[in-house]
Amino acid sequence: MSNIESLLAKFAEIADSPKKQLDRFVSEGRKAIGCYPYYVPEELVYATGMVPMGLWGKPGSPSKAKEYFAAFYCSLVQMNMEMALSGDLDKLSGVIHTTLCDTLRPASQNFRVGIKNIPMIFMAHPQNRKPEYGIEYTTKLYTKVLNELETIAGRKATEEDLREAIKVYNENRQAKREFVRLAGEHPELVSAVARSAVLKSSYFMEKPEHTAMLKELNGLLAEAPAAEWKGTKVVTSGILCDNPALLRIFDENRIAIAADDVAQESRSFRKDASEEGDPIRALAMQFADQDQDTILYDPELNTRPPHIVKLVKDSGAQGAVVLMMTFCDPEEMEYPSLMQALKEAKIPVLKIAYDHQITDFGQARTSLQAFADVLSQKKL
Amino acid sequence: MAETEKDVSMPTEKVPAKNLLRDVVDKVYAEAWEAKKRGEPIGWSSSKFPAEIAETLGLKVCYPENQAAAISAKHGGQRMCEYAESMGYDNDICGYARISLAYAAGAGGDERPMPQPDFMLCCNNICNCMTKWYENIARMHNIPLIMIDIPYNNTPEVNEENVAYIRAQFEEAIKQLEKISGRKFDEKKFEEVCANANRTARAWLKACSYCQHEPSPLSGFDLFNHMADVVTARCRKESAEAFEALAEEYEQSVKDGTSTWRYPENHRIMFEGIPCWPELQNLFRPLKEKGINTTAVVYAPAFGFVYNNMDEMMRAYCKAPNSVCLETGVQWREDICRENKVDGVLVHYNRSCKPWSGYMPEMERRFRKDLGVGVVGFDGDQADPRNFSNAQYITRVEGLYEIMESKKMGGPKSE
Repeated sequence: MSNIESLLAKFAEIADSPKKQLDRFVSEGRKAIGCYPYYVPEELVYATGMVPMGLWGKPGSPSKAKEYFAAFYCSLVQMNMEMALSGDLDKLSGVIHTTLCDTLRPASQNFRVGIKNIPMIFMAHPQNRKPEYGIEYTTKLYTKVLNELETIAGRKATEEDLREAIKVYNENRQAKREFVRLAGEHPELVSAVARSAVLKSSYFMEKPEHTAMLKELNGLLAEAPAAEWKGTKVVTSGILCDNPALLRIFDENRIAIAADDVAQESRSFRKDASEEGDPIRALAMQFADQDQDTILYDPELNTRPPHIVKLVKDSGAQGAVVLMMTFCDPEEMEYPSLMQALKEAKIPVLKIAYDHQITDFGQARTSLQAFADVLSQKKL
Repeated sequence: MAETEKDVSMPTEKVPAKNLLRDVVDKVYAEAWEAKKRGEPIGWSSSKFPAEIAETLGLKVCYPENQAAAISAKHGGQRMCEYAESMGYDNDICGYARISLAYAAGAGGDERPMPQPDFMLCCNNICNCMTKWYENIARMHNIPLIMIDIPYNNTPEVNEENVAYIRAQFEEAIKQLEKISGRKFDEKKFEEVCANANRTARAWLKACSYCQHEPSPLSGFDLFNHMADVVTARCRKESAEAFEALAEEYEQSVKDGTSTWRYPENHRIMFEGIPCWPELQNLFRPLKEKGINTTAVVYAPAFGFVYNNMDEMMRAYCKAPNSVCLETGVQWREDICRENKVDGVLVHYNRSCKPWSGYMPEMERRFRKDLGVGVVGFDGDQADPRNFSNAQYITRVEGLYEIMESKKMGGPKSE
């Protein structure tokens, strides 16, 4: 096994076993905080000496969560509730619950009243995040969240702690961006399945550890000789794209992921926070700078479609695959504009239904096989 | 003067309040069309955007939610939804949004036509879906969007940082709309408009409160029709007057022992959620057959924005059904259930409204425990008839009836 393969195997093991990671942290005397999507400033958790753990659901169907949600709610949120109700999250010392979509709003209330043993830290981000009043609101919101975290941690986070946290996270974000680029250049070394595991594992690891492993991997990839890729390349877009069963179909059809616009992946590490000045304000400014996301208000009205077109062109992809999260209105609402922009740019696009409940990707397999042919033509 | 003299000298028959209310809404749309013809900019506004701002500046505004409800009630919902789906919008998206997007794209909508927009007024206190819906239309027409973001609340109180954030957005919205209207914001006019809005809200709440009487002088379904005024014209004096007239009629009905509910009032229920507009007849039928009057709807407190100053106004706009915490939502409903003496709750699991239906299972449990009433849910949609099953609805109403009958006879308290 090469060094690259052995590192990828380590990432995969961690990505597949968040519960084992949580057990490990707790057994080491650490406290862990669950973080709902989207845009939770994990730096606040890190600065209080606790470990943030991403909560993006897990494959499967809700059973206990049906007591809280009708069937037409996104599986990510339902499966988070399912895990909490099943005791999988019992070892968490708290959960930060966001409210940026219409499912997360009531889900926050369900979590607060339904999960008595895990304190919920509530987080309502502003949509008018760019003007000064929006930055001020975010700063106050983050300060409140920090205070609640400090109570759980039993210690205060100093300005120095916060600055250090920002530095650690910036370094991790930079390493992830670099990895996305290198994985796009070396699909012969990093499969779609492996790529996903590398990125997903960071939600279940302490960032310095993830960064160290990732830098090692990036170094090896950077040194690897350029190889001709006989397959095709795409940009993926959606909330999640982390099911190995689906990603294996990409690999089997030699469809590499050149770049992504996935919430769990690149959308979460596009922007760094300033390492200068008031650290909480720096994090508020970082959120203000977030753009091109279906769950965020776009004051310029249409920046996301051209961003994705550019992503396809710059990354050398031949097409785009939209992983449409079932029952996700923000993604569904922005799909026609994205389609139109891709069509105008003559970029082939494939839309695949995606959620945690899908176990049989048979339909996706047929579509991806056909799409690979379309992309091959485009490559010629 | 001649006209006044004529009015005084000629005894006229009192115009029924429902006609006055209908005329106010018709006037809102007629004035928007006239303004459009004159070349004035027309706004499309979400139902809980602070209407006071545009009204003060004399801007004519139409309400897509009201339009979508009207189109749906006249059975145009499915046609419009399918048009939006042909544009690529998923059938999972809110039916109002799909109808509105289709109309904005030129799909027609003769059931309730309104002029195409020149600016958009979006306030997401009602839902986040509104944000992308309005962005899509602003994008489609290349027009400005004025966004007031109301962060979701986790506590019954609205905290100071939220008020400060919202206030700053109001100020920015005023500046943006001054530019669009070409007029200066007149504080005196604003006070007058706010006074009208408060008067309308109080009159609306008063009219709704007549459901408390036993028997009720009205069928609660009437309120679904009358709420168009509180959505589209709450800042107008005529709306306040029309609601006051409605309250007077109810007062008289109580005295006369009459009611717009013409069936036995065997049971009284709260209808939870937005009605299935395309299915009003189907919703009503089993209720009237079993003598179940709807004497409570959540819309009463939802649109009763009453405030005394600017800070209270900010807080009032934080109190939309989908922006308040679970406890406030439960309290609103349980208060009206108690005041309006209901013995059952019929919950609409509305495919078009994720934020509303998202905590209904928990609310159902609380209604049963706190109120000891029968609670039954059914699946439906506010605008898309494809998401409603009449057979399921009838069965559920029958189930609710049996629970209520059993409780009435002193049967088991739990379901």
